[in-house]
Amino acid sequence: MSILINEDTKVLVQGITGGFGGKHAGLSLDYGTDICAGVTPGKGGQTFNHSVKNVPIYDTVAEAVKETGATASAIFVPPPFAADAILEAIDAEVELIVAITEGIPVMDMMKVKSVLANSSSRLIGPNCPGLVTPGKGVDSYGGCRIGIAPGYIHKRGNVGVVSRSGTLTYEAVYQLTELGYGQSTCVGIGGDPINGTSHLDVLEMFNDDDETEAIIMIGEIGGNAEAEAARWAKESCKKPIAGFIAGATAPPGRTMGHAGAIVGGEEDTADAKKAILRECGIAVADNPSEMGKTLLEAWGK
Amino acid sequence: MNIHEYQAQELFTQFGVPCPAGKVASSKAEAEAAAKELGGGKLVIKAQVHAGGRGKGTFKNGFQGGVHLGDTPAEIGDLAAKMIGETLVTKQTGDAGKLVSKVMIGEAVSIEKEYYLAILMDRDTSAPVIVASTEGGMDIEEVAEKTPEAIVREFVHPTLGLQAYNVRKLIKGLKLNKDQGKQFNKLIKSLYNLFLSNDCSMVEINPMVVTKDGQLMCLDAKFGFDDNALYRHPNIVAYRDITEEDPREVEASKFDLNYIGLDGSIACLVNGAGLAMATMDIIKFSGGDPANFLDVGGGATEEQVAAAFKIIMGDPNVKGILVNIFGGIMDCEVIAKGIVEACKQTGLTLPLVVRLEGNNVKAGKEVLANSGLPIISADTLSEAAKKAVAEVG
Repeated sequence: MSILINEDTKVLVQGITGGFGGKHAGLSLDYGTDICAGVTPGKGGQTFNHSVKNVPIYDTVAEAVKETGATASAIFVPPPFAADAILEAIDAEVELIVAITEGIPVMDMMKVKSVLANSSSRLIGPNCPGLVTPGKGVDSYGGCRIGIAPGYIHKRGNVGVVSRSGTLTYEAVYQLTELGYGQSTCVGIGGDPINGTSHLDVLEMFNDDDETEAIIMIGEIGGNAEAEAARWAKESCKKPIAGFIAGATAPPGRTMGHAGAIVGGEEDTADAKKAILRECGIAVADNPSEMGKTLLEAWGK
Repeated sequence: MNIHEYQAQELFTQFGVPCPAGKVASSKAEAEAAAKELGGGKLVIKAQVHAGGRGKGTFKNGFQGGVHLGDTPAEIGDLAAKMIGETLVTKQTGDAGKLVSKVMIGEAVSIEKEYYLAILMDRDTSAPVIVASTEGGMDIEEVAEKTPEAIVREFVHPTLGLQAYNVRKLIKGLKLNKDQGKQFNKLIKSLYNLFLSNDCSMVEINPMVVTKDGQLMCLDAKFGFDDNALYRHPNIVAYRDITEEDPREVEASKFDLNYIGLDGSIACLVNGAGLAMATMDIIKFSGGDPANFLDVGGGATEEQVAAAFKIIMGDPNVKGILVNIFGGIMDCEVIAKGIVEACKQTGLTLPLVVRLEGNNVKAGKEVLANSGLPIISADTLSEAAKKAVAEVG
């Protein structure tokens, strides 16, 4: 199995009629993902037309879930309305909510996170590339792609990838695929300071997943999520992990693109994090070109 | 985004947070008038720049100190004349210093005791935390290290907000007496309201003081605002002072580019924040120094790429450029055309190493190879960094 999503996952897209949401809903359909519904308030009854199929649009998430049985939602709603869109998905008891939107105010996310804690939903993101469980067809066709990652660089296999960043995840995935090693599931948890799912949450899932045999964990400066995950892994993770921490050259006090990527104290620098990862038995790549290679060495391949 | 001290004082006044009376002036005459309006007694005049260490700074005209005391409007006017239009150098400004275009004139306060008070958004608990200490006026990190027991942390519930018990615990922790506690209750409620209403990421008051006549007030404040929330705070956006910012960063922000200037010699242009940081890291790892962080985003246009090249080339320290694009969804051929166009438009003369990977990469590489431009191509991130370092020597 994979984690969180598989070939059969039914996905709805909030914001499917926007340019960005529509483009990526189309790419997911092309990848073979079961995009079963779109939600845009005021456009219920229309359809999202794509070469593969025409997807029905609903006014509310609750209606879309009721009519189609969708269990996952991809959110492409602009920042001022994104927190409301996440809350609506929580209210409709969507199991997996993936917020792609970049630029949601922190105070909005603070409230969302508080509601999330007492709900049955899991949130990935915001400000994330989403998830991919690769399919078994050509260029990994037939998989489940929620978000904006390029599907074709993947290959079905046994490495779990978790990262805060988009393109850096693609870099790691691409290295693995080129080396001949596929992925079980790739999860982009997002670059914001408050997010729904942490590195640790994903490591736990990979640890419990039979298909995942080894893990790449990519982090960056700011916060202590990577350190927390590493300390857990030292005690409880049975699988080899390779890590990379971006931002060794970032100046303190500056936000490096991701709202969460900022060095605040001595413990959230790249060097400090790498040292903690190493102490916890994680194979750390200093060179981002060698994330795949570093994992294979740790994995004994 | 940073704001000036006089702007912080405006926010305090608006939200009912007690602070000394103050006025801003941008000329000698205005400063004299402000001093007259504030009435008799000792006054303080402070240069308004976004940098710490003002008191111990030196103006380039030789005048010592960006913070002074004065007794009469005439004296304040003379001090203002020595500061306004002059450049102040402090330990935080670098050698270039900062041009002072405004000064703030305020009542000088006689201090009985100093405290530290801050409200921050805590990412670990996803809730606001109030940090307070009896050791005010000092570097709080030093206090945390030497006397951690002197720091009180009080978490605020993310949806319920500040509760009465939170305030009682803070009053206890700060060892305030009954009257001071009563004043603090009002102060912290106003300050929390200010924090929440303006989407602050941080409000740090150092020091909060009890004056000789028993008044609790906030003297110096540092604010941080959530950039993502600025769209709903035009009043805060109006406080932005672009003369305080790196002109390259101001230019980049016009094109929605995420740029941070550094002082190395290899400029980089990358799509995605994580990959952009990793590219800077690998330049360093390969023996070079990055000149900047530059994320052009997931859907960069030709216009943005051209603007990015212009900004990079405006930096005299730059000796070479490394472009690293992982074209996941973007077509590498389109990106390659954008790079070639930008090179032609800007008349690029510096060595340019390009690493393209991803969607339609073969066609992209052909565009670069056939452009007639001296572009150095690389297949991996590692190779690209090595080539860029070799080019700048």
